[in-house]
Amino acid sequence: MQYETVIGLEIHAQLSTETKMFCGCPAKFGSEPNTQTCPVCTGMPGVLPVMNKKAVEYVVRTGLALNCNISSYSRFARKNYFYPDLPKGYQISQYELPLCEGGYVEINVDGGGKKIGLTRIHLEEDAGKNIHDGAGSESLVDLNRAGVPLMEIVTEPDIRSPREAVEFMKRLRAVVRCIGVCDGNMEQGSLRCDANISVRPAGQEEFGVKTEIKNMNSFRFVEKALDYEIRRQTAALREGKRIIQETRLWNADRGITESMRSKEEAHDYRYFPEPDLMPVELDGSWLETIRESIPELPHVRRARFISRYHLPEQDADILTADMATAEWFEEAVRLGGDPRVVSNWIRGELARLLNEDNRQMEDCLLKPEYLVDMLKLIDNGTISGKIAKTVFEEMYKTGSAAGDIVKEKGLVQISDEAGIGAVVDEILDEHPEEVKRYRAGEAKLMGFFVGQVMKKTRGKANPKIANELLRKKLG
Amino acid sequence: MMDIDHVAALARLKLTDREKEIFSRQVVDIIRYIDKLNELDTSGIEPTAHVLPMKNIFREDEIRASLPRDSALRNAPERDGGFYRVPRIIE
Ligand SMILES: [Zn+2]
Repeated sequence: MQYETVIGLEIHAQLSTETKMFCGCPAKFGSEPNTQTCPVCTGMPGVLPVMNKKAVEYVVRTGLALNCNISSYSRFARKNYFYPDLPKGYQISQYELPLCEGGYVEINVDGGGKKIGLTRIHLEEDAGKNIHDGAGSESLVDLNRAGVPLMEIVTEPDIRSPREAVEFMKRLRAVVRCIGVCDGNMEQGSLRCDANISVRPAGQEEFGVKTEIKNMNSFRFVEKALDYEIRRQTAALREGKRIIQETRLWNADRGITESMRSKEEAHDYRYFPEPDLMPVELDGSWLETIRESIPELPHVRRARFISRYHLPEQDADILTADMATAEWFEEAVRLGGDPRVVSNWIRGELARLLNEDNRQMEDCLLKPEYLVDMLKLIDNGTISGKIAKTVFEEMYKTGSAAGDIVKEKGLVQISDEAGIGAVVDEILDEHPEEVKRYRAGEAKLMGFFVGQVMKKTRGKANPKIANELLRKKLG
Repeated sequence: MMDIDHVAALARLKLTDREKEIFSRQVVDIIRYIDKLNELDTSGIEPTAHVLPMKNIFREDEIRASLPRDSALRNAPERDGGFYRVPRIIE
C-alpha cells in the first residue's frame, strides 16, 4: 500500500529586539548565565509586565509580509504549567485573538509554486534554559532567555514531504531575516522548528495519528528527522501496529527520533486572559506605519533580479536567500560589475570561502567595490583569470583592495611578448623530447607546455600570449 | 463534580484522603458562590477580559539594568556557580 505524508509545522522565532518582552533586561544570546534577569522576568511577587512595543510591531510586520489578516483587537493569555525554566508558573502567550491569522508562504516544488497556509502567528515569551549534565540527579537553570519575545508561527497541515518542509523553512527564514525581525539562526535556537507528522493510506481523507518531532536545529536535520519518522510510521502501519500520539526528539548522533519521556504528566494549560496586560488595538495608521517599514521581500526581489539582470533562476535563488547577499550583489552591479560575472563570483568563490569559515555575508571583509576593481584588472589584462582567484581569496582574508594585493604580491600578469618569449625558449630547451613528440603530431602536448609556462611564471603569464608564442615557436 | 485529584496534580500537591474530602467540599462551595454571578442578566453586555477601559500600554525597547547575579540567585533553593540547581527534569 502507498502512504501519503501530512506535515504541519510550528515555528518559534526569537524576535531581534534589544530587550525582553515585559522588562528592560537585554535579550542578547550567549551571555554568562543568569546575568540578564530582573524581578519581572524571574516572576517575583508584586511585579507587573509592560509590553515591548517593538515586539508587537515585529509580529505584525511578519504577518503583513506573510499575507495574514492582522487582528484589530488582540489580547494575551496565561498558559499554566510548572517547569523549572518558567519562574512564574505560567507563560504569557496568546490563545484566542492572536495578532495574525491566515496567510501563506509560497514555496517552489518541482518547478511549480505551492501555497502553504498559515493558521496563525502569535506573540509569547520564551522560557529559560535547562541544562542536564550527564547522569547527575540535578538540572541547572539559566533564566537569561526567560521572557525573550518569541513569535509562534503555525502552519496548516499542507506540507506533503520533508523537502517541502525544508523549502518552507528556507522561505520563512529568508523573510524574517529580510524584514529584520529574527536573525534566523537555527543552531543557536533563535529559529526553532517542531513538526506534527502523520502518514495515511494514499487516497484516505482522514489524517493518521500524528507525532510531534522536536529538536531539529538545522535544515538538514529537519529533512533527516522527518524522513526517518515517515519510514518509522510507515513500517509500523505495514506491520499492523498502531502509532502512538507522542512527542519525539530527533537524535542527530543516532539519526533517529526517540520517544521523549518527561516527568511532566499533566497537560492541562487552563488558559485564561492575562489580567496584567491590556489588549492591543491596531488602528489603520499604526498598521500603515508598520507596512511602510517592510523592505522588498525576497520573492519580489528574486523576480526583479531575473527580469532586470537576466539571471537564471538558480542564481536569483541564491542571491536573494538573504538580504546581505542581495545587497552585496546589487552594489557590485551598480559599481559597474557585469551581473552574470558578479553572480558567478558570489556563488562560486565567495560562497566557498564563507562556507569554509562558517561565516555570513554580514561578516564579509571583502567589499563589493574590490570585486569590481578586480574584474577591471582582469579586463585590462593586468591579472590573469587564474591569478584572480588568488587575489580574490587574499581580498577575502585581509579586506585589502585588489590593486594593493596585486602590487604587494607581484601578481601582475606578464603580457609582454619578450618576457613570455624568453620563458617559452627556456622551456623548449629543457624539454627536447616533448618538443620532438609534439612536432611528430602529438598535439595534446600543447597543454603540457602551457602548464610549464604557467608554473615558471607562477601563473602570471597571459595565457593567450603564451599559447600564441608556443604555437609559433613549435612551428 | 470537581476532580480534586486532577487539580492537585496540576498544582503539584500531594493531598491526604482527609484533605481531599475537605478541599473537595470547599472548592465546590467556592464555585457555587461564584455561580451567583450567573444569576445576573448580561445579555446586553459585550464580553470583556478587562474591567478597565485601557488599551495599548507599551514600553519602548530600551535596555535597563538587570539584577546582579548574586542578588538574582539569592532566593534560589540551591545554586551551582551561576546557575539555579533543581531536581533533574528529563529522565
Ligand atoms: Zn527582566
